[in-house]
Amino acid sequence: MPLLWLVLTVLVLAAAGFAMGRGRAMASAGGDARRMHSLPVYYGTNVALFVITPALGLLLLWLLVQPAWIENRVSSDIPESAIGESSTLGLVMSDVRRIADGLDRAVAEGVIGEDEAREMRTEFTNVRDRLGEVGVALGSNVEAPILFAAQQYRQMSATGNLWMTVAVLAVAMVGFAGALVLTNKDYRARNVVERGVLVILIAAASIAILTTLGIVLSMLFETRNFFSQYPWTSFFFGFEWAPDFRGNSSLSIIPLLWGTLYISFIALLVAVPIGLFAAIYMSEYAGPKMRSVAKPLIEILAGIPTIVYGLFALITVGPLLRDYFAMPMGLGESASSVATAGVVMGVMLIPFVSSLSDDIINAVPQAMRDGSFAIGATHSETIRQVVIPAALPGIVGAILLAASRAIGETMIVVLGAGAAAAQFNRGLGELVNPFEAMTTVTVKIVSQLTGDTDFAAPETLVAFALGLTLFVITLGLNVLALWIVRRYREQYE
Amino acid sequence: MTDVIADGAPAGRHKGSLLAQDTRTKKRNAAEARFKIYGLFAICLGLLALVWLVTSIISNGAGAFQQTFVTLDVTLAEERLDKNGNRDPDDLRKVSTFGYAPLIAEAMEAKMTETGIAVEGLSAKDAAALVSKESPAQLRNFVLANPDQIGETVTFEFLAGGRIDGYLKGRVSMESAVRDSNVSPEQLMLTDAFVEAGVVEKRFNWLFLTAPDASGQRPEAAGLGVAIIGSFYMMLVVLVLALPIGVAASIYLEEFAPKNRVTDIIEVNISNLAAVPSIVFGILGLAIFINFAGLPQSAPIVGGLVLTLMTLPTIIIATRASLKSVPPSIREAALGVGASKMQTVFHHVLPLAAPGILTGTIIGLAQALGETAPLLLIGMVAFVREFPDGPPEGLFDPASALPVQVFNWTQRSDPAFVERASGAIIVLLIFLLIMNAVAIMLRRRFERRW
Repeated sequence: MPLLWLVLTVLVLAAAGFAMGRGRAMASAGGDARRMHSLPVYYGTNVALFVITPALGLLLLWLLVQPAWIENRVSSDIPESAIGESSTLGLVMSDVRRIADGLDRAVAEGVIGEDEAREMRTEFTNVRDRLGEVGVALGSNVEAPILFAAQQYRQMSATGNLWMTVAVLAVAMVGFAGALVLTNKDYRARNVVERGVLVILIAAASIAILTTLGIVLSMLFETRNFFSQYPWTSFFFGFEWAPDFRGNSSLSIIPLLWGTLYISFIALLVAVPIGLFAAIYMSEYAGPKMRSVAKPLIEILAGIPTIVYGLFALITVGPLLRDYFAMPMGLGESASSVATAGVVMGVMLIPFVSSLSDDIINAVPQAMRDGSFAIGATHSETIRQVVIPAALPGIVGAILLAASRAIGETMIVVLGAGAAAAQFNRGLGELVNPFEAMTTVTVKIVSQLTGDTDFAAPETLVAFALGLTLFVITLGLNVLALWIVRRYREQYE
Repeated sequence: MTDVIADGAPAGRHKGSLLAQDTRTKKRNAAEARFKIYGLFAICLGLLALVWLVTSIISNGAGAFQQTFVTLDVTLAEERLDKNGNRDPDDLRKVSTFGYAPLIAEAMEAKMTETGIAVEGLSAKDAAALVSKESPAQLRNFVLANPDQIGETVTFEFLAGGRIDGYLKGRVSMESAVRDSNVSPEQLMLTDAFVEAGVVEKRFNWLFLTAPDASGQRPEAAGLGVAIIGSFYMMLVVLVLALPIGVAASIYLEEFAPKNRVTDIIEVNISNLAAVPSIVFGILGLAIFINFAGLPQSAPIVGGLVLTLMTLPTIIIATRASLKSVPPSIREAALGVGASKMQTVFHHVLPLAAPGILTGTIIGLAQALGETAPLLLIGMVAFVREFPDGPPEGLFDPASALPVQVFNWTQRSDPAFVERASGAIIVLLIFLLIMNAVAIMLRRRFERRW
């Protein structure tokens, strides 16, 4: 039974349960709602909840577990000999899945019968040609063990789906019957329903925790795989990034981290002065009219997707910096450079710095300004010597938040910074040249994980180690920044 | 002051008039003025960057909405397309697009004779190359759909090739054509003559919004159809999942959660999730949804799930703020007339907070619509030409997404794709503008001050 129909059946069952539960409660009270414990609608909802929640919960769990379980079973049956020298278990398994899908499609389109799909043997049939007829292109001829694995895969999926349907419907029916039996006029339906709703609310709230857990666990698991194939000392303390899918790669994070930090530094160099002065002007000098126009306009910059900034860097800022700065000064000929990505990222960060600083400057008590004016300071002297020092911790927090954004930013650097890692053996001059193309941690995560990837090779797995490092760095910065900002806010409240 | 005098400092320091400023005051006032100008300058710089960004994108991308078309009368010769003459669809299908190319070449020649245009040194093959490489396929699809038209002469509007289109938009010039292997100056001369004769003209290009992507050699045919549908499907998934989950989580945290360790952990968690780099969510999607759960790559459902997780914190933060703004007197009144806590929240607090929740959700959706990085990791960069089916099955078909399509086009070598990418950005920005405008309108219309 297709998934959609299964879900719909459960929902129809729930609707029926609602009507019957309500009816049964009303009947037991002799049609007089005043003699019931709860409002009639709660009796109906009670039955519906008992049908839906366990059934759909089971369905979700089953859908998550079944593919992994089947994969595990099938892959353990594939003989070593079926995995070629240049291949891996992962690639073979993706072949198996593709063939299984192809067989499914062929059966669905009526090209071959169900029996034929099950009994097909490579000795008698050219599987590749047969599947080609239904538009499933296979790279090479299919070998016997792989076809067998694919057939096994199909069979297991089919049995799994059948059992899933049975189990889900059974759970739904049990819920239906059980709740209906319990229903009578004295049943405390409202309390039960409300407790059920509370459980659903708690489950929703814990999805946030599950997400974090998922992020950390998925990356930790693959990172452990990576470090079992590649020494962690070379990853953290090496100085060369040279991945090679034929093996023998140098995968060190330092060149990438250098690029990341350098670009972020330039971005902050642009964003902090502009953002800070804009915030000062907006909160100290600007009238309400100007404020109501300029502030939202600057905040538009924060709402623009990063891909737009990336394209801006690629087609406008990059060529401009190359033609008017890098080439005349003889510093480089590449349009994608640290400066390109840094400047554009700086523009993106202006509203982050300015909005937060604006809030923080506004939170400085007026009494402090008045005191400074009273002893004869000008407005700018007050700002420099009273307001800013008072707001400093908050401003530092805002800058740290902006820095964490800059370090995690992806699209601007993918399009604006280039793909070559910083090279430490070419001397300091090239390393600090802002018009040199340089790459970052995020760019390499993208490039190692897109396209056909083999999840057993260290060249792919390194992306998870990079991701984990990135996650830890940005998390640290965020926690620090939030802590500083929060502490500061309390100070003047 | 007494101290200063007692110290015997020169008393003449303040001898000057109160009306005339001394040098020190002047210096301080100048510093004040300078400081103010720095601030104004910073704001102007920010606004300038915004204006520069927008004009750069619009000036680069506006051309994508105009496309050059060539009008030709093609004779659908029976002896070429249907040798048996029985209009059997299977037989018709056997003629590949290569079989249709000569028809276009003949039509082009006929057009040149008809209008009396001749360009020296231009072969018939080069003249036919004025139209897009996509045209034979267009012709073939037409014939397969209308077999009864075989033998007739039908007027077609073909897309002009990318270089010809670029010439009319000023991207390609006679000088650059000399060095270009894809176009010759003679072809451009023919184009000029055709423009005068009204055969070649530039019009609004609906295909840009409806057609699927095209390969790297035919930028003129590339469109956003699949990307728009993919983005729409993802927004659907995000809306269906993130709104209920986000609202439920906020209600729990704001109205029911006891003040304890666990609640604290959840709250810190949510505020941290909002600041996790988007690429990390991509890694999560790849590891959990694709590698572990076995969902298909490039599918809107996976993109939608990843974006849901990313949008949840935004929606939760907005919803909590708007629940918090409902005054306690409402809750107390409801409890006072005998409502349960759950009834209070669902019957009274939630409806009053709804406009704020909606605004937050729309802003979260707008954020998700522009997100690119995580989608790259879950395989949305794949070249997809087929439209996905209708939902729900279509959610599992490969599709592209608007921002990813932009990225995809920037990676291609033909400069015409830069125009396409900028055009796609304009479309994306228009969607974002509409969503944000709706959010602001909702806020203005329904916001209540207690």
